[in-house]
Amino acid sequence: MDESLRERVMVRLERCVGCRSCELACRVAHSQSGTLWGAVMEEPKPRRRIFVEQAAESPAPFLCRHCEDAPCVRCCPTGALRFDETSGLVAYAVDRCIGCHACVMACPFGVVQPGRGDLFVVKCDRCEGRDRPACVEACPTRALVLETAFLVDRRRRAVGRFVEAARLDISEADLMAAGSAQSP
Amino acid sequence: MLLTKAEIEARTITEDGQVFLQKAAQDGLETVWDRYQAQKPQCGFCELGLSCRNCSMGPCRIDPFGEGPQRGVCGADADIIVARNLGRMIAAGAASHSDHGRDLVEVLRKVGEGHAPGYTIRSEEKLKKVAAEFGIAADGKTPADLAVELAHAMEEEFGTRKKALTFLGRVPEKRRAIWDKLGITPRGIDRETSEMMHRTHMGVDNDWQSLLLHGLRNALSDGWGGSFIATEVSDILFGIPQPVPSEVNLGVLKENQVNIVLHGHNPIVSEMIYEAAQDPELLALASEKGAEGINLAGLCCTGNELLMRRGIPMAGNHLMTELALSTGLVDMMIVDYQCIMPALGEIATCYHTLMISTSDKAKFPHMAHHEFHPETAQSKARELVRMAVENYERRLPAKVLPAPNTPTRMMAGFSVEAILGALGGSPAPLIEAIKSGAVQGAVGVVGCNNPKIRQDFGHVTLTRHLIENDILVVDTGCAAVAHAKAGLKVPEAAALAGPGLQQVCKSLGIPPVLHMGSCVDNVRILDLAAALANALGTDISDLPLAAAAPEWYSEKAVSIACYAVASGIFTVLGTPPPIFGSPKIVKLLTEDIEGLLGASFAVEPDPEKAAARIEQHIRQKRKALGL
Ligand code: SF4
Ligand code: SF4
Ligand code: SF4
Ligand code: SF4
Repeated sequence: MDESLRERVMVRLERCVGCRSCELACRVAHSQSGTLWGAVMEEPKPRRRIFVEQAAESPAPFLCRHCEDAPCVRCCPTGALRFDETSGLVAYAVDRCIGCHACVMACPFGVVQPGRGDLFVVKCDRCEGRDRPACVEACPTRALVLETAFLVDRRRRAVGRFVEAARLDISEADLMAAGSAQSP
Repeated sequence: MLLTKAEIEARTITEDGQVFLQKAAQDGLETVWDRYQAQKPQCGFCELGLSCRNCSMGPCRIDPFGEGPQRGVCGADADIIVARNLGRMIAAGAASHSDHGRDLVEVLRKVGEGHAPGYTIRSEEKLKKVAAEFGIAADGKTPADLAVELAHAMEEEFGTRKKALTFLGRVPEKRRAIWDKLGITPRGIDRETSEMMHRTHMGVDNDWQSLLLHGLRNALSDGWGGSFIATEVSDILFGIPQPVPSEVNLGVLKENQVNIVLHGHNPIVSEMIYEAAQDPELLALASEKGAEGINLAGLCCTGNELLMRRGIPMAGNHLMTELALSTGLVDMMIVDYQCIMPALGEIATCYHTLMISTSDKAKFPHMAHHEFHPETAQSKARELVRMAVENYERRLPAKVLPAPNTPTRMMAGFSVEAILGALGGSPAPLIEAIKSGAVQGAVGVVGCNNPKIRQDFGHVTLTRHLIENDILVVDTGCAAVAHAKAGLKVPEAAALAGPGLQQVCKSLGIPPVLHMGSCVDNVRILDLAAALANALGTDISDLPLAAAAPEWYSEKAVSIACYAVASGIFTVLGTPPPIFGSPKIVKLLTEDIEGLLGASFAVEPDPEKAAARIEQHIRQKRKALGL
């Protein structure tokens, strides 16, 4: 991957146990004190940019996908939200924002939040200044991973499935139905 | 996985610890530090005390930032959940100490009844003194009769019939009045723990303040009840500690001797092992096997108990328990209960070490279980020592690494009786030294190790600062072992103290950091504080005293901290307790409680800042006393 591009956060949904550690870590990463014990005492309270919802029987973390052709960017009248070619992220410039919240309505994932007094809009900034985002570091089951790791993991598991199915001489579908350790 | 120098140094300040962290890594062991890394990140809800799994409508979590759920399924809010969780931690800690105390009472009774061969009454003086406190006249009775009667009276303390525990007789009047007014005078020992479990069941006590008050009462039932009994009965059975020289660190394990390491908390087993290790027949067997003797060494508080009374050297504290095995020199490790990591048995499988569990209530994977009972302890101890001696030949030379450093000298054995003895029989000279300012005050630095804190750094840094500022340090438990390893427990360490304390230590020939024993022996500190307050006709909270637990980890430590504060001693914790999910509870415990009890908690992970806070507190107390 190009050096200047910043890897986005990918979700391995099947691994999420709904512990909400990512939510806490995101708030701490966007707090004044930078510590959990300090963050809970702060006013205004630091906001999270990731949301763990119960979706279709499963806990599911939602965060900004940093879409390349983003609905929020398209609808932003001031250019406050724009796709930054260098980082590959949807960037937000608060000084251009008028707080119309068109983006809030446009985001298909509901991950752009209206600010409450202190900020116009709150959304994932992919943890500015951090190599590994706070949510990725915090996730105990590694449900949240960066793009490269995500792709490598998917490829290796796929090969693992082929090999295991071949060894057992069954179809891949049967292998998955039997609950293989190599399930995606 | 091998560790870099920086990684090793971040884990421990100890020389032996650093050597054996690398050895353990080379041997492929997974240690407590590795497991801690693997657990990271730890759950923030639990860190804040905001998760509840007290019933099966849950588990529930409260969002500390106010957006998500603010109530559990039952309706409990953050304050209720934090208070209930803290209450249960106290109950678990108090239960542990108190159950340990009860085991000693059982031995006391069996000694009296003649059913505990090998055990005896080592301190008739203390037996008589304590019996008198329980209203049992000694006249004409044999020590055996007295032991049975006292044991019976103590058994009653565990039940429900008392209005107040007997040892409250030692508590200053003013303190008793505060407890009565707040309704936290401890009644039966087990009663308070049992009541805490009841109150924290769904749908019982849902007032966070009343839960916390009962928490204090529960902790007091440990401090002035269960732990107090444990210490006093240990003294009756095994003798009152007197100053004794010894040594500490992994260098105490001898290459040419049979090494038996004793780990846990209760002296009942280890005292019998101590006796058996003197047996000429077993010593002869050892020399037959090519060993130059049988070497006992301690870990954690079982170690402290033996150190205090017999001068047995210490191999280390809590975080050294796994590394001790990595020397390859431990022929047998015998454990009783508490603070014994369940990982130990598996680690020992890498070596020739025999792992022995001894308590009917504490079993561990990969350990052979040899249950001790008072009736058969003597013969059991001989059997185990024999096994250890026979195991000496099975050492694996390729896996042996004797500690490269020599053991550090230390002095232990400072019971209240020994301290008063050193002072010439009364607390008056200590009071004079405090009045003159030569000794500014005294601080109990106690508690565990915790892999979240660089091993021993919290203890040693805090204590060095305190003694430099003429504050006498008394210590117990793993903190005491940390100080000993750092060389602070020899009379020559007086040179590290401020001018006033230095002079006092030199004139009495004592170190500036006094080893008062195991974790149940924190009651010796309470006892001494109460004696000072009584001698001055005042309350404990008026004295220039403080306590600190810089590296605490256990539920027992929570109970200890709570009974210290409830007894009027300002207490600083190094690791944040799981209460920060309730700003109200944090404010109560760190500020408002001062108005009720004359003491409060503080949380300060930085030991230098903790020292500054304690010094400031001591200055305030001195000023209030007009000193
Ligand atoms: S709220 Fe701000 S960022 Fe969102 S669409 Fe409006 S101007 Fe653009
Ligand atoms: S990448 Fe950073 S800002 Fe975005 S959701 Fe994760 S923690 Fe929050
Ligand atoms: S931290 Fe990971 S497992 Fe926990 S809720 Fe977030 S994504 Fe799911
Ligand atoms: S007691 Fe209340 S808060 Fe706790 S698990 Fe049950 S419903 Fe949830």
